[in-house]
Amino acid sequence: MTVVYINIIILCLLVITAIAINQQDNLFATTMLTGIFSLLSASLFVCLDAVDVAFTEAAVGAGIALILFLGSLAFIKYKEKIENKVSVFGLITVILTGILLIYGIHDIPGFGVADNPVQTHLADKYIVGSSKEIGIPNLVTAVLASYRGYDTLGEVVVIFTAGIGVLMLLGRSRENYKGLIERED
Amino acid sequence: MFEIPTFMILLSMLLALVSAIIGKTIYDKILAVNIFGTVTVLFIALFGFLTKRPEFLDIALVYALINFISTVAILKFFEYGDISASSIEKEKGDI
Repeated sequence: MTVVYINIIILCLLVITAIAINQQDNLFATTMLTGIFSLLSASLFVCLDAVDVAFTEAAVGAGIALILFLGSLAFIKYKEKIENKVSVFGLITVILTGILLIYGIHDIPGFGVADNPVQTHLADKYIVGSSKEIGIPNLVTAVLASYRGYDTLGEVVVIFTAGIGVLMLLGRSRENYKGLIERED
Repeated sequence: MFEIPTFMILLSMLLALVSAIIGKTIYDKILAVNIFGTVTVLFIALFGFLTKRPEFLDIALVYALINFISTVAILKFFEYGDISASSIEKEKGDI
């Protein structure tokens, strides 16, 4: 029961952080609050027993993403350009999506219930059949590299693309940049 | 037994968050994020003991390392205005 209260408190803190991020107009403050948001979600993942996801979230969200945001801040201004325009279409889309997501919650099987589909037949199949089907003694490796091989390949492609994009944006040194301008002149 | 410390840690998370939101200078905010990282490390360590699985302590240690790296990156950004800058003029820098 305590864990449920902890989850509720962390979710409330997440909501407060999200509202604060939305309200700030100083981009540096927004970056700092983003770091706090990702640390909070990492704590939430630990509470939900997804320690590996929490670890990734802390490394990527609080570590790398914060540094990348700061690197981008070095190129732009600190203050956000404020536009007091409320997009009605966007608001309706967001509210409709939210309603759809809340409606979708009813179909999800209960959290950690013993007769969920994931606990009834899938795990047993992996434990019994993986050494015969795949031939890898390590169960986790068999699941990640073979049963979910396309999923893992997709993840690797996404991360590789993101890395290339970041390198193209930030990897160019200042001297080369100046050289480019001079050549255009 | 570990419930009360855990809720106290959550309370200090809230206080660090308030400090990050209403802090006037950027240094308040940097300090708030650093405190928040430390409190998260403490929370994960305590949560391991709360659920009777102290193996989470290793993860808490890794969090402490990540927290240190991001604080160094933020402070370097303020010292040189650029995280890829180097302290020695002729060098190319980190990134």
